[in-house]
Amino acid sequence: MEVLKINDLHVSVDETPIIKGISITINKGEIHAIMGRNGAGKSTLANVVMGHPAYEITSGDIVFLGKPLDDYEVYERARSGMFLSFQYPPSIPGVQVGNFLKKSVASVRDQQLKAREFRKELNAAMEQLEMDKSFLSRYVNDGFSGGEKKRLETLQMLLLKPQLALLDETDSGLDIDALRVVSKGINEIAKDSGCLVITHYQRLLDLVKPDYVHAMIDGKIVMTGGPELALKLEENGYDWLEA
Amino acid sequence: MSEQAHEAVGDYRYGFHDPEQATIRFDKGLSEQVVRDISELKNEPEWMTEIRVKAYHHFIERPMPKWGNCNMLDSINFENVTYFLRSSNKTEKDWDDVPEDIKNTFERLGIPEAEQKWLGGVTAQYESEAVYHSIREDLEQQGVLFFDMDTGLKEHPEIVKKYFCSVVPYTDNKFAALNTAVWSGGSFIYVPKNVHVEMPVQAYFRINAKNMGQFERTLIIADEGSSIHYVEGCTAPTYSTDSLHSAVVELIAMDNAKIRYSTVQNWSANVYNLVTKRGIAHANSVIEWVDGNIGSKLTMKYPSVILKGEGAHAEVISVAYAGEGQHQDAGAKVHHLAPRTTSNILSKSISKNGGRSSYRGMLQVTPKAEGCRSKIVCDALMLDDSSRSDTYPTMEVGNSTADLEHEASVSKISGDQLFYLMSRGFSEEEAMGMIVNGFFEPFTRELPMEYAVELNKLLELEMEGSIG
Repeated sequence: MEVLKINDLHVSVDETPIIKGISITINKGEIHAIMGRNGAGKSTLANVVMGHPAYEITSGDIVFLGKPLDDYEVYERARSGMFLSFQYPPSIPGVQVGNFLKKSVASVRDQQLKAREFRKELNAAMEQLEMDKSFLSRYVNDGFSGGEKKRLETLQMLLLKPQLALLDETDSGLDIDALRVVSKGINEIAKDSGCLVITHYQRLLDLVKPDYVHAMIDGKIVMTGGPELALKLEENGYDWLEA
Repeated sequence: MSEQAHEAVGDYRYGFHDPEQATIRFDKGLSEQVVRDISELKNEPEWMTEIRVKAYHHFIERPMPKWGNCNMLDSINFENVTYFLRSSNKTEKDWDDVPEDIKNTFERLGIPEAEQKWLGGVTAQYESEAVYHSIREDLEQQGVLFFDMDTGLKEHPEIVKKYFCSVVPYTDNKFAALNTAVWSGGSFIYVPKNVHVEMPVQAYFRINAKNMGQFERTLIIADEGSSIHYVEGCTAPTYSTDSLHSAVVELIAMDNAKIRYSTVQNWSANVYNLVTKRGIAHANSVIEWVDGNIGSKLTMKYPSVILKGEGAHAEVISVAYAGEGQHQDAGAKVHHLAPRTTSNILSKSISKNGGRSSYRGMLQVTPKAEGCRSKIVCDALMLDDSSRSDTYPTMEVGNSTADLEHEASVSKISGDQLFYLMSRGFSEEEAMGMIVNGFFEPFTRELPMEYAVELNKLLELEMEGSIG
């Protein structure tokens, strides 16, 4: 099943073209990795799929679960099964994690949650990510370390069970233990969804095995391959692709 | 409510009103005779009549404050205010005996349920006087006095005489003078030594009639080693002409006592809310003001604490929400008069749709106040470019051993926060509501749960229809 289909997408910010013609198709159960240098447009791609208002699609289109996304609001995309794990999740002071998770899951599932069942589900997911209960009474991302933020992002993904998971530099700021538990979470979700992993480094891809690796330079995908491409990029950099 | 009125005030859910059922209604306008008539009607001792008359003359002579919002203040027409209105001939102890119309109003506001669930006592004031009053038996047996102020004066004139105007003299400001001249209703509380009132006691103030002035007077005395939490809520219907609410609250915390006074003021957007609140804290006592200002047209209110005894502590947590046409001029005043006194002030304000919120603060440290400590934090959140937020902090520090901190911040809701929350399934309005509730959370968590839930709902309602 096609989860995401991007057709010849061009995107600008303040009239500066950032993405210059990208096409990708992601099927259910597939993990796609996008690698590239800083500024290549990787994060822009994830944000524009999620519907960030700062980006303008100048041509091409994005089809999610068979529907063109054109006018879908950010929250409508979320409610129809799309999830973005942020590279830099902002803090929401005064909003407790537990309360936030409950409301978010209820919004996305469009149903009232049974308190006890949700609690059980939450406990299991937190256990899996080796997160302490004290997380729940802290404010969302407020004063969190880089690793804590990424764990919370992954926790949300586990609870929301998206059909499409966009993971923007989920490995940055993670120590090796955190990387291990976060990867476990991603692999679990990836079984039943399409997954787009944006990363600089091979080390995440050792744990989350991609089916496809796309090398991105200056807003374009210049080469697509299997896991071996990631190893080659790690070893040789990107210069050889620019010839 | 008419279509236009609805547009002018938004979705003010307490904007309903009942037909006015006055048993006694004074003509509009103020004179010495009106003041004397109020006192006579209430059968007051002569000393009270005399204070009222003196206060009346002071009110007449005292010029309008030249700060806050002069335009709004100058537009108050004191001749168009009804200064006394009696809706019921007595204060009932049994809810069933409260007149039907009035009972309906308070039932719509949820008062009787709240009492059953979590209050130690409740008084409900309608227009000028209390219409219902009750206190839990166990508190009564422990000697706790909790009356409406008129009854307090009748039953315990010696206590009232001793403390009335002792914290807020009528010469304090023009509106304290007005209140002292025409006061009616409010609460009188005395907590005996070492008695702890575990459940909050509540007063609910409701203005129903048009052009009404409500001037309640509250006096709370916590004797040595005792504690009490008092909660007040306020609402009024929305009329096209303005109402005036001008209260005075005096708190006295004796040695080692603790008083917490929580307010969620949600007057309709046609009410002038000009209130003087002050407490005196004796040695090692604690006075806490938890003060929420959501409604009204203009609020000018600066809960204050005079830290008179060594080691006394003041806590002032206030929030203000200023929407279209509203000006919340709120803040706090703390006077450190004794050694090792401490204070924390946290002020949070939100301005939206052209609303204006101001923090006006005063921190005084006298030469005698050795080794005192104070922390002031002011945070303002602006929801759009047409709104306004100002800070007017004043510090008078006469002692170099004082440890003082002052932080202030002004912020806007960031696009990153909105995008993040929307990517988690929240609509833009829900996301705004969540950020706003989070911003007020340090205040809300201090409220009894029922109030906190209510306040969050109110703020969420305020965010609806706000995205253009």
